[in-house]
Amino acid sequence: MSAAGPSGSTPPMVQAQGVHKHFGRLEVLKGIDLEVAPRDVFCLIGPSGSGKSTFLRCINHLEKISAGRLSVDGELVGYRQQGDKLYELRDREVCQKRQEIGMVFQHFNLFPHMTALGNVMAAPIRVKKEAKGVVHERAARLLDRVGLHDKADCYPAQLSGGQQQRVAIARALAMEPKLMLFDEPTSALDPELVGEVLDVMRDLAAEGMTMIVVTHEMGFAREVGDALVFMDEGVVVEAGTPRDVITNPQHERTKGFLSKVL
Amino acid sequence: MADPLPAERGEAEAIKAIPVRHPGRWVAAAIILVLVAQFVHWVVTDSALQWGVVGHYLFNSQIVTGVGNTIKLTIIAMVMGAVLGIGLAVMRLSKNPIVSGVAWVYIWFFRGTPVLVQLIFWFNLPSVLRSVSLGIPFGPSWFRTDPKDLITQLIAVCLGLGLNEAAYMAEIARAGILSVDEGQVEAASALGMTRLQAMRRIVLPQAMRVIIPPTGNETISMLKTTSLAVFVAYNELLGAATNVYSRTYQIIPLLLTASIWYLFMTSILTIGQYYLERHYARGALRELPLTPLQKLRMFGLRNAGGAARL
Repeated sequence: MSAAGPSGSTPPMVQAQGVHKHFGRLEVLKGIDLEVAPRDVFCLIGPSGSGKSTFLRCINHLEKISAGRLSVDGELVGYRQQGDKLYELRDREVCQKRQEIGMVFQHFNLFPHMTALGNVMAAPIRVKKEAKGVVHERAARLLDRVGLHDKADCYPAQLSGGQQQRVAIARALAMEPKLMLFDEPTSALDPELVGEVLDVMRDLAAEGMTMIVVTHEMGFAREVGDALVFMDEGVVVEAGTPRDVITNPQHERTKGFLSKVL
Repeated sequence: MADPLPAERGEAEAIKAIPVRHPGRWVAAAIILVLVAQFVHWVVTDSALQWGVVGHYLFNSQIVTGVGNTIKLTIIAMVMGAVLGIGLAVMRLSKNPIVSGVAWVYIWFFRGTPVLVQLIFWFNLPSVLRSVSLGIPFGPSWFRTDPKDLITQLIAVCLGLGLNEAAYMAEIARAGILSVDEGQVEAASALGMTRLQAMRRIVLPQAMRVIIPPTGNETISMLKTTSLAVFVAYNELLGAATNVYSRTYQIIPLLLTASIWYLFMTSILTIGQYYLERHYARGALRELPLTPLQKLRMFGLRNAGGAARL
């Protein structure tokens, strides 16, 4: 399946057409076109400052795009179209849509005043208003799945980085999202802890979760990724299957970047 | 029992040296002890302090009523201050310039004028206002009353202390909110929480750790500031003591009576603050510090255990 081209009969999970984003006078995204097919693991690589994290944050409307069209599962992000007019969504509607998109951060951003279990249970109870018993059962199952059932009552400060990130993944999964965004999930980890997080992500991919992963882990991208995009200075430089792009880069900038990270 | 030390395993010889002597410390301690003994002797034996009178009035009904009123004032003023203050702090951080501007002006005004002036101001306001009404701004009113009924002595004192405290609490709460990492709000938003939910469930509980210690100070300070109510003849602790000594002229012993009560109440607050801080430290520390009771128990265990090393 190609990264940026039309993806056959199934409608794309994420579709970006000419997405621009600027902060004041600084243009961070200069027209991004790409499509993410359902059940794909879509990897975004590129040097820091290339706009890959910003693009990821646009997908769940943590950042507003300045121009272009961005849609998730056929619905525009942050806007509603009626006729030829765009209406900005209310806060409550934006929150509603974010519930369907899980996000995992580079620095975990676990809630330090809650236990691991509390972190996983918070959003389903507060946001989806689900019954405590149901959520508790699901949260325990999710912690078990990321290999942390014995750490349920630990506070984040009592966990290692890798354990914290696995709790963060469980927390995102507790909302039963249809799309998961990973923003450099292993960049803040000690090298020996990277593997345990990648293992969880690999399992998730095998179960068919649609994932967009900003990463520097070329091994993971090559092994698990279905599509890969190399971004630099706010544009997509090269796209294709991970194997093609990593082993046979066409563009000079891609070659230069890969030679430094591989 | 932990592993034996290297010396105990016979790998290296333990250090046996004569410790450095500190004669200066002994001299200083001796001088201070003499001064303290002198002071205590004066406090206990000097008849001017009239400890008998102090004991007589300590549980006098007038004084105890005053203590009750001091506690009442402290609670009302601090609750007013905290609720208004958190509201003002959220307003100060608002993106709406009018909203944040109003909060700024409020804090500027109430921090910039003495609390005693504000207290006397509220107390005297009813005598210059002709009437107070509630209705459509600049339009008809549904409700009209005499300000003297509306602003009683107690309400004047509460308004004076509470509105002033709100300005200080606002700055404390703002510092607390700003101390919480931005990533926390981001994570909460990404999970679909609204701004209000993120503030209530994620930011404020974490801000508490920063907010509690200075709020404890504010409460202790407020307990004593309530004594300013004496100027508007409200019968709190100092007022009660003044009432008694204006009849009996036993000024020093009654001030001592009041001071004992103030010290007793501030001590209780200090203990409460310790446990409150401990509660909100959850998650911020790997191990919670021991409470004094736990320390005592550990101490007992260690002595009972004899050789056990802790």
